[in-house]
Amino acid sequence: MSKFVEKSTVISGIGQSDIGRRLFRDPLELTLDACLAAIADAGLTTKDIDGVATYPGPMSVPPGFSGAGVVDVQDALRLDLGWWSGGIESPGQLGSVINACLAVAAGLANHVLCFRSVWEGSAQGTKGRASTMPGGGGGGSFRASGFMEWTLPFAAPSAAPWIALMAQRHFYEFGTTREQLGQIPINARKNAGLNPKAIYTEPMTMDDYLNVRMVSSPLSLYDCDVPCDGGTAVIVSHVDTIPDLRRPPVHVDAVGTALRGRPSWDQFDDLTTMACRDAAAQLWTRTDLTPSDVQLAEMYDGFSFIALAWLEAMGFCGHGEGGPFVEGGQNIARDGGVIPLNTHGGQLSAGRLHGYGFLHEACTQLWGEGGARQVPGNPEVGVACAGGGPLAGALLLTTHR
Amino acid sequence: MTAMRFDLPQPDLETQPFWDAARDGRLLIKRCTACEQFHFYPRPFCPHCWSDAVEWVEASGRATLYTWSVVHRNDLPPFPDRVPYVAAIVDLEEGPRMMTNVVDCDFDALQVGMQLEAVFHPASDDVTIVQFRPA
Repeated sequence: MSKFVEKSTVISGIGQSDIGRRLFRDPLELTLDACLAAIADAGLTTKDIDGVATYPGPMSVPPGFSGAGVVDVQDALRLDLGWWSGGIESPGQLGSVINACLAVAAGLANHVLCFRSVWEGSAQGTKGRASTMPGGGGGGSFRASGFMEWTLPFAAPSAAPWIALMAQRHFYEFGTTREQLGQIPINARKNAGLNPKAIYTEPMTMDDYLNVRMVSSPLSLYDCDVPCDGGTAVIVSHVDTIPDLRRPPVHVDAVGTALRGRPSWDQFDDLTTMACRDAAAQLWTRTDLTPSDVQLAEMYDGFSFIALAWLEAMGFCGHGEGGPFVEGGQNIARDGGVIPLNTHGGQLSAGRLHGYGFLHEACTQLWGEGGARQVPGNPEVGVACAGGGPLAGALLLTTHR
Repeated sequence: MTAMRFDLPQPDLETQPFWDAARDGRLLIKRCTACEQFHFYPRPFCPHCWSDAVEWVEASGRATLYTWSVVHRNDLPPFPDRVPYVAAIVDLEEGPRMMTNVVDCDFDALQVGMQLEAVFHPASDDVTIVQFRPA
């Protein structure tokens, strides 16, 4: 038995609600649609679920950022729980899934229902982002206190300018260009065209990308993800339960959760990278696999530059080499790329499901259930990575052990 | 009716001296008298040696530009009236890095490493923020 306890856990099922730009549906209903789909997908029933984990837990402010908390789901489904956890302070959105892996490995639960639901599209309605702007994920708020005391007075209220500042520094140090960065949204849009649940599916050209309005230079509108409504759920189960499952599960081979720099969007030691640097490095210390074994990368793209930072952090190219690596788009292409990236369209085109969408897609592909967007050759090793700035969590997934 | 403003800092006991000094046209940062290192954001103890012998000292106001972004879209009041503007991170001569704005500079002239100097901009009757311009 490996000393790395996550190897005793698997993803046994995944589920997703309807996803839309603005569904105007009850957020708990969306959440439960995803949860019940995941439970059925695993071949389980609500009676089998003995753990629940979520990110970020119940939050009324900003509106739309959280569709439900653990207790909402426990009560709605009348679950008997041996373990539960929900909260925003974790290694990114998938930190909640990693918590579930640890709880299962520790014997506190056998089947943990993990979920993340959002209704930011409906919450923003037609009034725009200002009506609901989220607090940056790292514990911020729209009061200029705490760390925001040192960012908000300078009109840097959210992740758009914070990530833009990092991207600009990367451009300066490594010569990265907008034409290179643009391959990430263009690749996402191309893949979204094959995903019936994606929000934006019209083809995007480099001209479209370079000519759309700037938001916070060097990031333009197409470098920013699209708010939406929807719920995503996954079931984390113990390997000993595999005989009870509907199909062979996806194995969790390693996780990464480290945060070694200052937990800050502006005070991190090297702003050409982020917390993903340390989470990814830790992940590779917990497995015999190497980056060259990976055939699929589902990586957080709340802003395009975050996915570039993840590509570098996970070792698919060197630090600073992300620009040349994605140039032309071939290396990250779904069909024939070295490392197919965001095969569902990412948050940039498939909607801001906030981290969980990447894990859902990684499992979909590893199960060979991608339909029109299935990666040719059916990948057997993939990564799901989520979080930007001081938030980062990653899972290395395999189809067999 | 006064529009809601999100930009004004809400100082606590620990940070009030920074904002008081800014109103007087001085940029204060914290220095540890035990290990002599500077730090930012200001803390009641030294994050390098954990001494609580920290003091406010006046920074030179000289800095170099670490990175910047021209912000074209910001929906949060009062910022929509200010776009486009330059958000920046600068390295103070004393070492710490801080977020700020660069003003009085053509966007095309912005360059990482350029020399800057502090300027003090009244954001309200009570609050002055520290911005930078080309030196």
